[in-house]
Amino acid sequence: MPIEGLKDIVLNYVTKEYLEDDSEPLTYDTPLISGGIVDSFSMVSLKRFLENKYAISIPDEDATPEAFDSVNKVADLVERFVAKKG
Amino acid sequence: MAFSGKVRAAYQAQLKGIEDAGLFKRERFIHSPQAADIEVEFPAGSSLKKVINMCANNYLGLSSHPDVVAAAHEGLDTRGYGMSSVRFICGTQDIHRELESRVTAFLGTEDTLLFPSCMDANAGVFEAILSKDDVMISDRLVHASLIDGIRLCPAMHDTYKHSDMGHLEEKLQLHSAKRLKVAITDGVFSMDGDTAKLDAMAALCEKYDAMLLVDESHASGFIGKTGRGTHEKCGVVGKIDIITTTFGKALGGASGGCVSGRRELVELCRQRARPYLFSNTIAPVVVSGVLKVMEILSASTERRDKLEKNAAYWRKGLTEAGFVLKEGDTPIVPVMLFNAKLAQDFSLALYEEGIYAMGFFFPVVPQSQARIRTQISAGHEIHHLDRALEAFKKVGKKFDILGRTKQEIIAKYGM
Repeated sequence: MPIEGLKDIVLNYVTKEYLEDDSEPLTYDTPLISGGIVDSFSMVSLKRFLENKYAISIPDEDATPEAFDSVNKVADLVERFVAKKG
Repeated sequence: MAFSGKVRAAYQAQLKGIEDAGLFKRERFIHSPQAADIEVEFPAGSSLKKVINMCANNYLGLSSHPDVVAAAHEGLDTRGYGMSSVRFICGTQDIHRELESRVTAFLGTEDTLLFPSCMDANAGVFEAILSKDDVMISDRLVHASLIDGIRLCPAMHDTYKHSDMGHLEEKLQLHSAKRLKVAITDGVFSMDGDTAKLDAMAALCEKYDAMLLVDESHASGFIGKTGRGTHEKCGVVGKIDIITTTFGKALGGASGGCVSGRRELVELCRQRARPYLFSNTIAPVVVSGVLKVMEILSASTERRDKLEKNAAYWRKGLTEAGFVLKEGDTPIVPVMLFNAKLAQDFSLALYEEGIYAMGFFFPVVPQSQARIRTQISAGHEIHHLDRALEAFKKVGKKFDILGRTKQEIIAKYGM
């Protein structure tokens, strides 16, 4: 089930955390990792942020670069784990 | 045959891909000792050309210093050529331990361990002192060798925006539950020539109970009043838990590196760091040379003082000529050209004028940040710098970028 405002929360976090001031604005589909905006190292802070905010735990095997490659994909991942939590 | 035609073709395609992307690196052969004046064969097979070297890490001009060369000769005569062993079997000589003591005193730390290179020191240090319960928080522009060391360590890794202390603090808070935390930075960043805010970093690390690791490869020997490094410049000698540095740049320029810092951390590296355990250490001849370098630097600040003056003279000359530079006060002075092809063409035109300075572009620096990185040395005399300035002005005029802003250069040549 979609979580209200989730995509914008992710988009705002990524913008603040990873983008420099003069960067092009992001969309929900901008490739984050394959596009070189977020390196796979830096992904960890986004993961921690989402885990804290939504009280979920995303195991490493699910936290793949592919699953974090756009705001849309990140939102899908979070929704999946929130749903699991019940 | 394992290396079949198909396998070879696959590798040839990879190489072609590198070449097509304009990223193929070709070496230039130098036929003289490393110095301000060198003789270069470029392209391969062409006759030798005398050029002024503006791109060596020979910051103190000690790479071919007669006293260092003589000390290396003496070391070769008295300690031999090689050790044919790793350190802990039968590869440690008295001079290895002597150099470790000298470096400890020079950097103001508790102990030091030599490594075959600083690349090896950085590759080995994290895995030796951290576990999966810990976190490494690094500046986003740290050197590739730190990144490699971080990758080899099971601790969690996070990053903060370049030199952004607010962001570092957020990360220290975010990871406060971790067993051990280490903040990681270069002292002087090699591509931009800017300096880490080590005073602020040391204060944050103290506040959040984190350790601080600094790679001083582009700082040891000349940054700070007596050349001890960035920690001296920032007034935090004794507050850096781990310093890694190289003998392959200012400190003689041959090879070798070290981990220097808290006694227990250095001892853990001696017990566990794989590049130390499974490789011969620095050759006796190089150790003898570096010992002489340490002696020269401990006796006088003359060379780092001259370097500081040279760098200020060079920066002022380029600024007055109308180039766009990266701000800073180190001997790394990047001349910004923004466009990758312009940087390459500019470098070739300088070479025609007898000046050896390399263009750097993506992926070594971010997109649209292409540049000529110039590096000043105490081995440069004013006449070298004046001749180089004339060449830069001539080439700058040819490409019509003098007095132009970043936006104007990008408008003319593209990103």
